[in-house]
Amino acid sequence: MFRNVAELVSLAEQHQVKIAEIMIRQEIEVSGLSREEVLAKMDQNLTVMERAIERGIKGVKSRTGLTGGDAVLLQNYIQSGKSLTGTLLLDAVSKAVATNEVNAAMGIICATPTAGSAGVVPGTLFAVKDKLNPTRQEMIEFLFTAGAFGFVVANNASISGAAGGCQAEVGSASGMAAAAIVEMAGGTPKQSAEAMAITLKNMLGLVCDPVAGLVEVPCVKRNAMGASNALTAADMALAGITSRIPCDEVIGAMYAIGQSMPSALRETAEGGLAATPTGRRLEAEIFGHPKEKLIDYLV
Amino acid sequence: MKYRSAFEIIGPIMIGPSSSHTAGAVRIGRVARTLFECQPKRAVLSLYGSFAKTYKGHGTDLALVAGLLDFDTFDERIPEAMEIAEQLGMEVIFQEEEAVTEHPNTVKINLFAEDKELEIIGISIGGGAIEITEINSFKLKLSGDPAILVIHNDRFGVISSVTSIFSQNKINIGHMEVARKDKGDMAIMVIESDEKINNQLVSDLQKLDNVVSVIRIVE
Repeated sequence: MFRNVAELVSLAEQHQVKIAEIMIRQEIEVSGLSREEVLAKMDQNLTVMERAIERGIKGVKSRTGLTGGDAVLLQNYIQSGKSLTGTLLLDAVSKAVATNEVNAAMGIICATPTAGSAGVVPGTLFAVKDKLNPTRQEMIEFLFTAGAFGFVVANNASISGAAGGCQAEVGSASGMAAAAIVEMAGGTPKQSAEAMAITLKNMLGLVCDPVAGLVEVPCVKRNAMGASNALTAADMALAGITSRIPCDEVIGAMYAIGQSMPSALRETAEGGLAATPTGRRLEAEIFGHPKEKLIDYLV
Repeated sequence: MKYRSAFEIIGPIMIGPSSSHTAGAVRIGRVARTLFECQPKRAVLSLYGSFAKTYKGHGTDLALVAGLLDFDTFDERIPEAMEIAEQLGMEVIFQEEEAVTEHPNTVKINLFAEDKELEIIGISIGGGAIEITEINSFKLKLSGDPAILVIHNDRFGVISSVTSIFSQNKINIGHMEVARKDKGDMAIMVIESDEKINNQLVSDLQKLDNVVSVIRIVE
């Protein structure tokens, strides 16, 4: 069993296989399931991701009304041909947003690695799909590669916003996506690790400060940023750029930063954007104003 | 290593928006339903901490009711759980509690039917993982993983006859806990096993002296 990114990369190099294959072999061993069963299980996840995107880009609205409809705006903007950053990047962003809008609207999603960060991996996958034309098998492998990198982060740092801030959720998702994009684009296992390192470095310190404690603001837009970060880092790694700090050490730094992050910035809705005047006003509107509540109790 | 599977990273498939406030809540409700062994007529759900403050936005209320209706975390009927409960004649009452609990995501569930009632306390500890910390005032720890609950009279030899049946079926016990209200009174065993528990084992356990009931919790 691999314990860190260095071991994961060296296993793939040693056996001359993709990182996805190392993760698949480990899953077969740990679960006792057959290869076909393991692949079928991931295929189900892929189907859920695809449906969530399809639903989100048609337009949804959350129960609170805080989020929804942005994926539609982006798709329309792409169609207009006026996009500055290019179709692929914006398509990934719109599909990441679509997924998280569906999540906020109590739709069905696949947590990757969490519900709040569920947009990044599928968003980038279904955008690069149009350029790289992968087979269904290769799309399933994309998810195993992303899973392998997420597995290392989860075991050596954290994938929970309450424990490590948003860097642990959208940060991890973004690094996982970057590594998997590189592999699908034909990069080496080492380049996948570089992409993960570059991505995570850009996410270090990101706090978890959801307005009213809900997985909506700023979570949906952070997934947009996570998707664009992943694509940029993947291109950088494929261009031959390496990270001066090795991937495992970046993960270690992320863990240490999470540990020293104050609790107000770790999913408690006590600091950051949640504590802004507008954040507090929205919270009061959704849950009923604290002052009104007090009057209720006095009566 | 805390995580062992790729499917803990890519997965689970669930209804949003929150793994702890939605998926975890469904799982708590579902364990309560399993323990109650039938659809309750009336359910009183007392919410504490973050559950009490944010349940409306996270759909924690819908999720808990969905669990009581025996829905899974990915059941697309979760958003309509209230209407479905009403159609099926299950009365649901929510109470926001002020008391401070040890864990921020705590719910107390009281279930009632003609001839029985049940009280459980559940907590959602993150990423969809849950724990049941109390059943009818018995303090225990139930993770929602596959397990067997044996409700029995507190007499000598009951524990050994239960574990013998596991051994005869070549099933290894990974975790076991026994709690009782008072000496010689009602007691409860929680047993988590490495291997799958079959129907034969459950029916063998039910035949034992002093065993009142056996409940199987499946994933």
